[in-house]
Amino acid sequence: MLLLPPLLLAVFSPLLGALLAGIGGKRLGRVRAHFVTITLMGVSFFAALCVAVPVLQQGLSFDETLYTWALSGHFEFDVGFFVDPLVAVMLLVVTGVSWLVHIYSVGYMADDPSHERFFCYMSAFTFAMLMLVTADNFFQLFFGWEGVGLVSYLLIGFWFQKASAASGSLKAFIVNRVGDAGFILGIAALLDATGSLDYQTVFAHATQLAQTTISIWPGSSCSELTLACILLFIGAMGKSAQIPLHVWLPESMEGPTPISALIHAATMVTAGVFMVARLSPLFSLSPVALSVVLVVGSTGALFLGLLAFVENDIKRVIAYSTMSQLGYMMAADGAGAYAAGIFHLMTHAGFKALLFLSAGSVIVALHHEQDLRRMGNLKKYLPVTCVCFLVGALALSAIPPFAGFYSKDLIIDAVAESPLPGASYAYLCLLLGAFVTAYYIFRAYFMAFHTKERFGEETKAHLHETAWSMRLPLVVLSIVSMGAGMWAMGPLVMNPQTVWSFSQSAWADPIAVMRTTYAGVWVWTRDSMHHLPCLLSVLGIVCAWLSVCVIPRVRDYFVHGLPWMHRALQKQYGFEVLNQVVFVRGVQKASDFFYHVTDLKWIDHTVVNGIGRGFVRLSGWVRRWQTGYLYHYALVMIVGLLVLLVVFV
Amino acid sequence: MITLSHYLVLGGILFGLSFVGLIINRKNIIVLLMCVELMLLAVNMNFVAFSSYLNLLRGQVFVFFVLTVAAVESAIGLAILVLLYRQRGSIHVDDMNTLKG
Repeated sequence: MLLLPPLLLAVFSPLLGALLAGIGGKRLGRVRAHFVTITLMGVSFFAALCVAVPVLQQGLSFDETLYTWALSGHFEFDVGFFVDPLVAVMLLVVTGVSWLVHIYSVGYMADDPSHERFFCYMSAFTFAMLMLVTADNFFQLFFGWEGVGLVSYLLIGFWFQKASAASGSLKAFIVNRVGDAGFILGIAALLDATGSLDYQTVFAHATQLAQTTISIWPGSSCSELTLACILLFIGAMGKSAQIPLHVWLPESMEGPTPISALIHAATMVTAGVFMVARLSPLFSLSPVALSVVLVVGSTGALFLGLLAFVENDIKRVIAYSTMSQLGYMMAADGAGAYAAGIFHLMTHAGFKALLFLSAGSVIVALHHEQDLRRMGNLKKYLPVTCVCFLVGALALSAIPPFAGFYSKDLIIDAVAESPLPGASYAYLCLLLGAFVTAYYIFRAYFMAFHTKERFGEETKAHLHETAWSMRLPLVVLSIVSMGAGMWAMGPLVMNPQTVWSFSQSAWADPIAVMRTTYAGVWVWTRDSMHHLPCLLSVLGIVCAWLSVCVIPRVRDYFVHGLPWMHRALQKQYGFEVLNQVVFVRGVQKASDFFYHVTDLKWIDHTVVNGIGRGFVRLSGWVRRWQTGYLYHYALVMIVGLLVLLVVFV
Repeated sequence: MITLSHYLVLGGILFGLSFVGLIINRKNIIVLLMCVELMLLAVNMNFVAFSSYLNLLRGQVFVFFVLTVAAVESAIGLAILVLLYRQRGSIHVDDMNTLKG
């Protein structure tokens, strides 16, 4: 197959880059370390392009097993690659965004002492994500999944000297562990039921699995497929930050900003959305699981977006927006509109990377100041960054003709069509979410780039636009955020020739319905502009402008008028408190108990020392027989002799 | 008429005396050695008695061996005693408890 060599090149050159920068980093030095990794990422991107273009144009797909890693009984663990249009899109997104972030990091991390380590981790992150998307079996999917989790831990805790970064990375890792427990159980359920980890084999068994029921506890019954799908979705909840496993994502802001861009745009968090789409032949046969995906996703889309209303850290605002947008993607997956979900994933990767990198520029220019309340009127000092952020914000708010408009509108339309239980609730959430999204991102935009200057004179003196290596990715991503939606809508989503291999839904694919009435991207744009979501987005922007620039006292009215709501948002609906009280303190109590009672008292005191003490006591008693007097020994000898005589004679 | 049983009883009495001497003696190690000798003699008495009763010489041959061994044993025992006395200045049985646990 002609596609295999470029695919292997695309997947393994980041690994090579990571190894070179990681092992030989000190010998290479700072400049060569980032030069090597950036070059190899570029190679990876162009190789991905070589794979993706023919695959997307001709709707090809190929599946090749390269190597059998292990055989255990009749279970086979293979290393293999599977490419279809879905994977092709992901390949482009991952390598493209990752490449730009690599370039951006040269400027952002310029004065960091661990330059080489940073580039090593970023390349390793990309490699893990590429392994995840190109896998042709669950085993390799799991490898990439865990690899992404591990490197995210290393990256969030990159500045591990900071206590908050160390605890943030731990939190990300532990919360992901919870999700992964579900994920591996789901894989195990599929392996148990089908005897294989290969996608094609498992998919071939899907219908049969949907008809087999098992009972989890006596008296209950549920189809094996539903169980496996829900367990797999728990894994996706962890990785893609869905309620209630979203708590790690705001903490991940402790990492350097390029990492936030990489985690939130291209790698890691999109893994869950991708996984659900990848396994859509399973999910689409289980309405219950799809309903769960839909409801969880849309709840996150609205309520996690609301949290950004009261957040003053620029990076955290964008982090909440990621959670909300992931909710949109999940809701699309749940509605069966996988194409829309992946489309949004793609556009989101562009504008979210753009937003993060612009925020990073602001942060660098202000000497690591992240608080929106100490910014203001930056448009005067950082014009390029300002325009880029504005483009990102418009794309995020789904204003035509920016990228986010096409994908988000498609999702909302698809959810409106969905016949699943919970779809009307989801539709409402997503609709309100459109307003919320526009409001919070423009609140951040206006607070940072307009209004009065709220920083000190000293900062102002140093304030200047950032290096070209940081501006170049911003400009590229701005162009992507402007054009990607319009460009990709027709060929990728609405083109019936593009076989999205995952459209074997049990019921009509909502996108397929839309395809029949689709008459070109211009017509679609013109028609959708009058729809409710678009109007709500515009309303959101106007509200943000009013409340930040015109009447800033709105915030005080809100705080005093709806104190309970303000409190709920600031406390993040109590998830933090719940985790703190139930899990953190619960685990502390439990480990205290196990340490003091079980370990110290039972095991150490009773068992280990107890045996020792028993022998001391026993020997103290026995040694009394050892008097040392000859006559006692003689007596015992004689008595023993007599006993022997009596017994044996 | 002195029968076999008289000799055997005499042997038993001698053995019992020496046994009691071995156990209740708390004074002197020489007495202990003598008790051991006496025990051997009691055994010899039995050997000789059975030898004459059964008209077999084997028992008397055994007696010679036992007497020889007893002589050797008391010689070595007394030598050890002398050394012990030089070392510790006492041959009291109650002082000899270095093997106490």
